[in-house]
Amino acid sequence: MPLQTPPLRGIHDERGAKFTEFGGWDMPVEFDSIQTEHAAVREDAGIFDVSHMGQIHVTGPDATELMQRLTSNDVTRLEVGDSQYAAITDEDGIIIDDTVVYRLPDEDDRATYLFVPNAGTDEATHERWIDYRNEWGLEATVDNRTDEYAMFAVQGPNAADLVDGATDDPVSDLERFEARYATIDDVDCWTARTGYTGEDGFELIVPWDAATDIWTAFDCQPCGLGSRDTLRIEAGLLLAGQDFDAEDDPRTPYEAGIGFTVALDTEFVGRDALAEIADAGVDEKLVGFQLIDRGIPRHGYDITTTESRVIGTVTSGTMSPTLEQPIGLGYVPVEYAEPGTTLQVVVRGQSKKARVETTPFIDTV
Amino acid sequence: MSFDVPDDRRYLESHEWALETDGVVRVGISDFAQDELGDVVFVELPDVGDDLEAETEFGVVESIKAVSDLYAPVGGEVVAINDDLFDAPELVNEDPFGEGWMLEIEADDPDELEELLTAEEYEDQIA
Repeated sequence: MPLQTPPLRGIHDERGAKFTEFGGWDMPVEFDSIQTEHAAVREDAGIFDVSHMGQIHVTGPDATELMQRLTSNDVTRLEVGDSQYAAITDEDGIIIDDTVVYRLPDEDDRATYLFVPNAGTDEATHERWIDYRNEWGLEATVDNRTDEYAMFAVQGPNAADLVDGATDDPVSDLERFEARYATIDDVDCWTARTGYTGEDGFELIVPWDAATDIWTAFDCQPCGLGSRDTLRIEAGLLLAGQDFDAEDDPRTPYEAGIGFTVALDTEFVGRDALAEIADAGVDEKLVGFQLIDRGIPRHGYDITTTESRVIGTVTSGTMSPTLEQPIGLGYVPVEYAEPGTTLQVVVRGQSKKARVETTPFIDTV
Repeated sequence: MSFDVPDDRRYLESHEWALETDGVVRVGISDFAQDELGDVVFVELPDVGDDLEAETEFGVVESIKAVSDLYAPVGGEVVAINDDLFDAPELVNEDPFGEGWMLEIEADDPDELEELLTAEEYEDQIA
């Protein structure tokens, strides 16, 4: 299958980006260096092209019910211009994907939603929504608009000033997880105070054919997926397919530490299974840890007790550019999940001492 | 983008360089390799006194995004390692052919170097 390319592929190439395949997309992984880009976001501001993220638009008389029954959070709490983080779970409460659901301005007086599934999952997610809509006999229009929208994230302590400078009317009055349309060069951009870095910032969902104009309206460090990953690990945020994977590493929201996305007082696919787990408690959970010995934890490395008994697996790991320490995430039995617990990570056959830490690893918004 | 390929030394296809002085072969990775890796944040090296075989792994270099094995250009005993890299792995990015060197091997057979790529051949490989 050919790789999908973001609208700005040529511009990134001219800027000297290196590219990587991610979720079926050919995306910039690095423009200057991961550390430079990472530091820009922590100290100033950076812009990411995240056009590989999906966009699915849902409207119609039963749009709210369809969204409610297919996402773990409570969409009825959303006023126009609100958004929420949610899990998409199967009947067993296993996370299939995680997403942000935005409530757009009403269309034809009907509640209307745009949600953002992960890269490469938009088609399967769209199909899931259509299948359940048909099975439940609901009246809702579900459009996969992934190819109609580019998406940019402007992140960092100075992001609000930058976005205010670019939009015709300021947007920095928006609170965290609030959004509205703002115009940049006469183009309507869905502008949300959300992000995946732990910093303040905005995500802009913009028409594909205006992508170049919008991107160039921001004069700040361009950032690739490499620093996006180190930033989100420091912030303790999950990466689909890595920190959970319905096939290879099935996890519930409670194990993954996103139980706050589960609204048990609503009806959704997976709700009953999750209610039981909420009562019984989990056996394993995702923890953050820091390596005390020299080495870098990587996805797939074993986590062991101090007696070298394997008790878990590293799901994400890196050398933290901010802390200058090797950090990671992984699932361990709850009795080993307490911050301060000493564990080991096996790096190329050698046991390296690690300590469980609270996440996020850094101060976040 | 063009990369430095000094012609005073030999190269491996796996991007290590080897510079011989009086039977001692200094080893590091090329400018191209450090650029491909990005920010180097960790280097694992053998101990002084270890015996290495030509074209076998002697260590690991890790950037934020990748883990890469290091291969010995010649067989012999490790007589020095660059332990500055443990505290300052970024030297590999900043000066791959100089201060970013990794180790020195007392070559069992310095003629083994003749089998490695010349600068010109290596330049063709990365072109």
